[in-house]
Amino acid sequence: MRELSLNILDIAQNSVRAEAKNIEIALLEDENGWLTFRITDNGKGMDAETVRRVSDPFYTTRTTRRVGLGLPFLRMGAEMTGGSFSIRSKPREEGEGHGTVVTAVFNMKHIDAVPLGDMVSTVCVLLQGQPDIDWLFIHSTPAGEVRLDAAELRSILGEEVSLGETEVINWIRDYLDEQYSSLNP
Amino acid sequence: MKTLAELAEIREKMKGKVAMRQNDGNETRIIVGMGTCGIAAGARPVLSALVEAVSKEKLEESVTVTQTGCIGICQYEPVVEVIEPGKDKVTYVKMTAEKAQRVVAEHIKGGKVVAEYTIGASVAK
Repeated sequence: MRELSLNILDIAQNSVRAEAKNIEIALLEDENGWLTFRITDNGKGMDAETVRRVSDPFYTTRTTRRVGLGLPFLRMGAEMTGGSFSIRSKPREEGEGHGTVVTAVFNMKHIDAVPLGDMVSTVCVLLQGQPDIDWLFIHSTPAGEVRLDAAELRSILGEEVSLGETEVINWIRDYLDEQYSSLNP
Repeated sequence: MKTLAELAEIREKMKGKVAMRQNDGNETRIIVGMGTCGIAAGARPVLSALVEAVSKEKLEESVTVTQTGCIGICQYEPVVEVIEPGKDKVTYVKMTAEKAQRVVAEHIKGGKVVAEYTIGASVAK
């Protein structure tokens, strides 16, 4: 993938398919060029055996093809920069607190690091496609924070108007763009 | 400065419009493949362009843009399917944002399939 934000868009679909109601996408950048990406969902989770196998490119839950590349791409992208990758999961059958947490750490100063790219488009596409999920997006940088809480926006929109409406998505795009530009005046 | 008050205004404006929409299965559906293969091939800007074009042409009352996973023809991604009531499904392949705008204007609005972008034209080459 040419941009980390595309990889994040792809990984987030796993949480959607896991029937998560809450999905948090967090990006944390420090002064030294390290970027931590973490996605936390309350979906149906996976058992230990599946967790062991998901970052293997020849394992997939899909039946249309036999190769799944989303998580292996993320893992490879992180490890190529000297960063790390981890995944934790608790299956729904084990009760409360189920869901999955994927964490990838990147050294953005490394020559093999791909740029983060257009996170605003990634967030807009996720909201357009899955307007009923409680997405929480937080991008924290040394210069400040960008934040979007879908549940908060939905409480303003009420039940009749979906978060996925084009006018709403356009507003969200401007809202995020504005937060980003205030970080880089 | 974007404020949450503006969002409340959008809500008031949209409320009436949303209620008027047809949800009787007679709408046209545009489906974009957003699996790993689609995303890697450039589906994100295609989706954004479709949403934008549908809104620009004021087709929102009768057209929905939705996302799906891998359709199974990864070598042709980005793939866009158009399903119109009572017609055969049209599959557009190797899409770009520019091609997406043309599909909305000529096919969705104008009623004429953009044959050169379809999978049939791609396979024949």
